[in-house]
Amino acid sequence: MSDPQKNIDPAAVRSALWARLEGARGRDYWRSLDELAATPEFQDLLEREFPRQAVGWSEDEDPVAGRRNFLKLMGASLALAGMTACTRQPDEHIMPYVRQPENLVPGRPLFFATATTLNGFANGVLVESHEGRPTKIEGNPGHPASLGAADAMSQAAVLQLYDPDRSQALAFNGEIRSWGVFTGALRDTLAQQKAKNGAGIRILTETVTSPTIASQLRTIQQSFPASKWHQWEPAGPHSARAAAQQSFGQPLNTYYDFTEANVVVSLDSDFLNSGHASLRYARQFARRRRMAEHHDTMNRLYVVEPMPTPTGTKADHRLPLRASDVEEFAWALAISLGLAEGPKTGENNDIYKWLGPIARDLQNNKGAGVVVAGEHQPPIVHSIAALMNEKLGNVGKTVFYTDPVEANPVDQLASLQDLVKDLDAGAVELLIILGGNPVFNAPVELGLGSRLKKAKLRVRLGLYDDETSAACQWQVPETHFLETWGDARAFDGTVTIQQPLIQPLYGGRSALQVLQSFTEQPEKSPYDIVKGYWSSQHTGSDFEAWWRKAVHDGLVAGSALPAKTAAVRGEALSARAGGKKLGGKLEVVFRPDPTIYDGRFANNGWLQEVPKPVTKLTWDNAVMLSPATAHRLGVQKGDMLKLTYEGRTLQAPVFIQPGHVNGSATLHLGYGRTHGGRAANGMGFNPFGLRTAKALWQDTGMDAEKVSGNHEFADTQNFHNLETPDRRHIIHKADLADFHKNAEAPHEGAETPPKGLTMYPEWKYEGHAWGMTIDLNSCTGCGACVVACQAENNIAVVGKDQVRRGRHMNWLRVDSYYQGDANDPAIYNQPVPCMQCENAPCELVCPVQATTHSSEGLNDMVYNRCVGTRYCSNNCPYKVRRFNFFLFSDFDTPSLKLARNPDVSVRSRGVMEKCTYCVQRINGAKIDAEKQDRPLHDGEIQTACQATCPSEAIVFGDINDKNSRVSKLKANERNYSLLADLNTRPRTTYLATLRNPNPEIEA
Amino acid sequence: MADELEVIESPSGNKIIAPDYTFGTVTDQIASVVLTKQTPIAVLGTFTVALGLLMTFMLAVGLLFGKGLGIWGLRGPTMWAWDITNFVWWVGIGHAGTLISAILLLLNQQWRNSINRFAEAMTIFAVACAGMFPILHLGRPWLMYWLFPYPNTMGIEPNFRSPLVWDVFAVSTYATVSVLFWFVGLIPDLATLRDRAQNPAFKVAYGILAMGWRGSARHWAVYETASLLLAGLATPLVLSVHTVVSFDFTVGIVPGWHSTFFPPYFVAGAIYSGFAMVLALAIPLRSLYGLKGLITDKHLDNAAKVMMATGLIVGYSYIMEAFAGWYSGNVYEEAAIWNRMTGPYAVQYWILITCNVVAPNALWFKKVRSSPIILFIWSLIVLLGMWLERFVIIVASLAQDNLPSSWRVFESTRWDWATYLGTIGLFLFLFMLFIRLLPMISIFEVRTLLPQAKVDKKESL
Repeated sequence: MSDPQKNIDPAAVRSALWARLEGARGRDYWRSLDELAATPEFQDLLEREFPRQAVGWSEDEDPVAGRRNFLKLMGASLALAGMTACTRQPDEHIMPYVRQPENLVPGRPLFFATATTLNGFANGVLVESHEGRPTKIEGNPGHPASLGAADAMSQAAVLQLYDPDRSQALAFNGEIRSWGVFTGALRDTLAQQKAKNGAGIRILTETVTSPTIASQLRTIQQSFPASKWHQWEPAGPHSARAAAQQSFGQPLNTYYDFTEANVVVSLDSDFLNSGHASLRYARQFARRRRMAEHHDTMNRLYVVEPMPTPTGTKADHRLPLRASDVEEFAWALAISLGLAEGPKTGENNDIYKWLGPIARDLQNNKGAGVVVAGEHQPPIVHSIAALMNEKLGNVGKTVFYTDPVEANPVDQLASLQDLVKDLDAGAVELLIILGGNPVFNAPVELGLGSRLKKAKLRVRLGLYDDETSAACQWQVPETHFLETWGDARAFDGTVTIQQPLIQPLYGGRSALQVLQSFTEQPEKSPYDIVKGYWSSQHTGSDFEAWWRKAVHDGLVAGSALPAKTAAVRGEALSARAGGKKLGGKLEVVFRPDPTIYDGRFANNGWLQEVPKPVTKLTWDNAVMLSPATAHRLGVQKGDMLKLTYEGRTLQAPVFIQPGHVNGSATLHLGYGRTHGGRAANGMGFNPFGLRTAKALWQDTGMDAEKVSGNHEFADTQNFHNLETPDRRHIIHKADLADFHKNAEAPHEGAETPPKGLTMYPEWKYEGHAWGMTIDLNSCTGCGACVVACQAENNIAVVGKDQVRRGRHMNWLRVDSYYQGDANDPAIYNQPVPCMQCENAPCELVCPVQATTHSSEGLNDMVYNRCVGTRYCSNNCPYKVRRFNFFLFSDFDTPSLKLARNPDVSVRSRGVMEKCTYCVQRINGAKIDAEKQDRPLHDGEIQTACQATCPSEAIVFGDINDKNSRVSKLKANERNYSLLADLNTRPRTTYLATLRNPNPEIEA
Repeated sequence: MADELEVIESPSGNKIIAPDYTFGTVTDQIASVVLTKQTPIAVLGTFTVALGLLMTFMLAVGLLFGKGLGIWGLRGPTMWAWDITNFVWWVGIGHAGTLISAILLLLNQQWRNSINRFAEAMTIFAVACAGMFPILHLGRPWLMYWLFPYPNTMGIEPNFRSPLVWDVFAVSTYATVSVLFWFVGLIPDLATLRDRAQNPAFKVAYGILAMGWRGSARHWAVYETASLLLAGLATPLVLSVHTVVSFDFTVGIVPGWHSTFFPPYFVAGAIYSGFAMVLALAIPLRSLYGLKGLITDKHLDNAAKVMMATGLIVGYSYIMEAFAGWYSGNVYEEAAIWNRMTGPYAVQYWILITCNVVAPNALWFKKVRSSPIILFIWSLIVLLGMWLERFVIIVASLAQDNLPSSWRVFESTRWDWATYLGTIGLFLFLFMLFIRLLPMISIFEVRTLLPQAKVDKKESL
C-alpha cells in the first residue's frame, strides 16, 4: 500500500497521462483499457480511490487539505473516465452541410429541370436528385418537346453520367497532363494563329442549337476571321435541311401538330418514336386514339416504310416499300392528288395499290391531315410532302414552319468534305473537335481516322476516350450535361437552360469552357458564360428573377420561334428521278439504332439491354431481311452474310424481320465500336464501314453472299404469330367500325370466369386497391417504360451472354405479336409488367412466404425472405418474375453505386424479383398524405413506367376510388384481363386495340 | 466358416432359393462377401468410377455454391429443369425398396426376403441423392432451414399451402422411416457378423451396431413386432411420397402440370423405375458374387412382372394425358400436349414413349424375362425413359406455357451433367460401400425360406 501521506498532484498525473497519450500516434494509441490502467500514475490513482484511504484522509490528514485532495482526485478520475471512452475512429472525411441547401430534407429527393439533347435538339427533363446524386430522369411537363414524357435515351443519361468508362483524365497522346500544360499549349497555338487571323483554326462540332455556344463561335469568328466552323452529325436531318433550301429557298424548320390531324400519311417517318419531337407527337397522336366514349372516332394512319418501326406498328394501313421506292410513292400520291403530272401506274404495283383511297382520304380531310416525310428520305420527298401539305391546306393547322432552330443550318456533309479538303491541303494547324465521334461515324470514304492526322494540333473534347480521341493528341474529358451549365433549343426553338446536378465526377470541361479559352477571359466558368450570355440578351431590369424562373422551369418562356408562312417554290419539284431498279441486287438501308442511336450510347448498359422495339434484339445489330428475301438468299436467322457495296465489304449476321420489305436490307448504325468502352466494344458490326457520302441512308446495288459462320443473337422474344382465331386471346382487337356496332367485338370468344366460382368468401379490400390499365391502342412499343423501370428500380444489367440464356432482368417487357402473312403482318405491342393478380398463383406456391399479398392488393416480394426455389416464376402464367442467377447487381464499381435509387433494395444473388407497381412511390405518397392529413389524390402516384410513357398508355391508381382515372378506364368497354380464363384476376388490365382501316382499301 | 465356398448354381424352374442350401451355407455365403472374400475387380472398378463421379459432383457443387445457379442451364421460363428432374427421378427409384420391404412383407411375399436388404439400401441412397437437389437448387441454399417450421424471432413459419413444404415433410419422413426400417432389419445380421468377424475393429463396430442382439426368443418377438409396425408405417409412404412430389406439379397452374391424375401416375412411375434400378443392381451383383442361388431367375422374373405392370399403368397415363389434353378443350392444355409431341422436345418425348410404353411390352414374353442380360438392358432403358419423362413434364411444360412471348428452349450446361452424373457417382459409391461392409442379403430372412425352417414341412411359395 502506498503512503497515503505522499502528496499526489492530480493535475500533474493527468498531464503526464495526456503527454503519454499525445506521444502515441496511429493505431496503437492504446489497445485496451488494461493497457491504459497499467500506467504507474493510474495505478497510483486507483489505489488512492479506495474508501479505506478516504478514511485515512479524514483521520490522518489535515481535514481541509484532505477534502481538497479528495475532490481533486475525484475530478481527475472523472476526466480519465471520460478519456477511456475515446476510441480512435478511422480516418474518414465526412463533410456535413455547413449550410444545408435550400429545401433539402435528407431522405427526400429534389427535382431539377434541365434538358437532354440529341442532335443538339433539347428535350426537357426533370432530374431526381437524392442528396446531390442524380438518380432518375423524368420528363418536364412544362416543356413542349417532353410534355412530361421521357424517351429511353434520356432515361439512360443517368447511367452515362456514372459510366466508369468515361474519359477521366486530360491526356496528351495517352499521357496524363495537367490543365496548365493544356491551356499553355492552346494559348501558344492561338497566339501564333492570331497573326494569321486564325487561318489554321478549324472547329468541328455536332449540330449546335445552343445560343451561348453559337455566340461564342461568333466571337471566335470575329477575333479569328479566317477560322472555320464545321459541323457533322451522322444521323441528323440532312435531307430536311436540304429540302427546306430546295422547297422554300430558305432554311426552315418544320414541325407538326397531330391533335387536329384525322389522316396521317407517313412517308418512311418514325415520327412516333424518333426525331426531335417524337414524345410530343406520340402524345398528340395517342390522344386521338383514346376512345374514352364508345362513339368517339380515331385518326387514321398510313405508313410507308421498309423496316417496321413503332410508328409502323400503329398504322391502320402499313405498306412495306423499299426506301428508294418511297420517292415514287410520294410522286404518285401527289399525282393522285392532282398536284403533279405523271403516270398513275408503274412497275411496282404495291406503290400504286392504295393511292386512290389515300388521296381521297386526304382530300376529304383538308386542313386536318398531315403528310410526314421521313428524315432519311431524300430532299425531294420532303418537298413533295411540303407541297401536298400546302395544297391540302394543312399548313398552319397541322404543319408549321419556323426559322431554323440550329444556330447554323449548313449542309453538314459539304461542311465535313470542306474540312477534309483543308486537311489534305495541309491548311489545318489547330483542329478542335467538340463532342461527336467523326472518326467512327463520318462517311467511310473520307477516311477521317488517318486524314485527321494531317492537322498539326488536334484537340478533342469528348465524354469517352474513343475512336476520335485515338486520332487526336489532346483528349479533353468532357463534362456530362448533368455536370455543367449549358443551353439548347427544342424542336420549336424553345430554349432550356441546362443546370448541373452534381460536380463533375471526373474533372472535365464543357464545350463552353474550351471555346472560352479562345477569348480574353479563358477561365470563365460555364455558369458565368451561360448567365453572361443571357443577361446580355435580356432587356429590362429584372434579369435575376427572369434567370431564376427560366432555370427553375427548365425553359425560357416565349422563346419558341414564331410560325412562318412559306410556299413551296415551283422549281422545287422539277427533277423526277425514275424508280431505281434492283437488278438482282439488294437495297441497303442505313438507319440509326433505335436504342444506341449512332453509337454514342453504345456503352450504356440500359440502352444495350432494353429490347429494341419490334425486333426485341439486345446488344446487337443485324442485317434485317424480310422472310422472302432471306429465303431467296438461302439464309436463316443467325447465318452470316458478306455484304458488298461500292467495293467495300462487311460480314454481318442475318435477322429475319417479318414485315420488312422484300429486296432490301436494313442496317442499324452505332455498333461495331472499337474504342467505346466495356459495354460497347465488340458488340455487333459496323455499317459505317459501308456508308458513303453518296448514300447516307439508302441506295440500291448491294450484293449479299452467304458465308460460313453463325451468330447467336441475344433477343428476348422469338417471332410469334398469333393463331387465327387467337384462342389464347392475348391481344384483344377489333376494327373501329365493328367496335362501334358492337362494343364486345374486341373480346369475342374470350371468357372470364364468374367471381362466385370459389368456395372461399370474397376478400374485401378496404382502403386503397391499386390497379393499372395499359391502353394497347396508344402503346407504340417504344420501350421507354422499360428503361424507366430499370432506372427507378435498380435493375441489374446482365450482359449479352446472359440475355442469350434468357436471364434478362427487366421487370417490364414489351411483347410483340404478329398476325397475318409473315411478309406483311399486323404487329401488336403489349407491355407486360406484373399483373398483381388477386388470385396470385405465385403466392400459393412459395414455401417460405417470400411473396405475399398486401392489404392493398399488391403482390409483394420480400427479397430478404426469398430462398430462391423459383417455384413462383414457374407458376406465374405471365412470366414476369426475374431471378438473380448470379450476383448480377454491381456491388463493386463505386460510381455505379451513386446511380442507385436509395428507396429500392439492390438485389443479391439467388433472389427472385419483380414489378412492385413502384411500391416505394406508393408509400412515399401515402406518408406525405398522412403527414398532411389529407386523402391521396388520384394521379398523385405515378409509377415510373406511367410517368415516362409518351403516349399515356399506362394509367395507375386506386380502383376503390370510383372517380379515379384507372377506375373509369377499367369500366371502359375495351378493358380486358390477360389470360382472364385462368381466373387469376389481374389488377393490371389492358384496353383493347382498335384499327381504323379505310373502308375503300379493306373492300 | 469356409473360405472357399462351393458355388451353388441357380435353381431351375420357379424356385426362389436353390434347393441345396442349409442354414450354414446361407450364412457363410452372404457373410463371406463382407468378411473374407476378395472384392471382385469389377466392383473395385465401379467403385473407382463412382469415386471419380463423386469428386466431379463435389466440384460442381462447390462451383454452384460459389457462383450461383447460373452455372446450370436454368433460364426464364424454365426455372426448373435438371434439378427437379433428378430429384423426382431419384425419389421415384427409392420407392421400389420400400415397396419390396414393406408392402411385400405385409402381403407375405416370401421371395422378397432375398432382395429386400439391398433394395432398401438402394432406397436410402436414392433418397439421399434426391434429398440434395431441393437444397442445391435453391438460389440461397444456406437458408434452406427456412423451409422447416422452427421457432424463430421473425415470427414467420413456412407457407403450409406450398407443395414444396409438403415435400420437405414427405421426403424427410420417408428418409427417416426408411433408415429405421433398414437398420432394424439389419440388427440380427449385424450380430451374425459380430460373431463371425475376426478383425477386432470390425468385431467392435458390428458389436456396437448390433445393439446387444443375442437372438433370444424375446428378442425375436420384439423384432417381429417392430418390423411389422415399421412396415405398416412405411406402406402408406410408398403411396404418399410420390403423391406429394406430384403435387409440386399438379398444384401449379402450368399447362401440362395441372391435372388430377398425377398422383397415381407418379406412384406407378416411381415403382416402375424403382424395380428397374433393383434389376440393374441385382443382375450384376448376383453374377459377381455368385449369388444366383439366392437371387434366382424367379426373382428377376417377378421384378420384371412388377415392372411391366407398372409400366403399363404409366403407358396408360400417357394416353390419358394426351386424351385429357384434347378432351378438356382447354387451349393451353391442348397446346402443351401438342408441343410435347411436335415441339422442341419432340425427340425426348418420343424416346420416352419408346422406353416407357413400347419397351415394357417385351416383358410379356417369358424368354425376355428369363434372360438376365436383356433384363439388365431393359432396366437401363426404363431408367432412361423415366428420367426423360420427368424432364419432358417439367421442361417442355415450362418452356412453352401460356404466353408465347416468353417461350424459350432450355439448354443444359456441362454443370447440369456434372451434377446429375455426380449423384449417380454418389449413389454407386454408397452402394459399393454398403455391399462391402454390410450383408447385402438378409441372412436370417433367407434362412426362413429353407425347408428346414418350415415347421409343417410344407413347400413354401
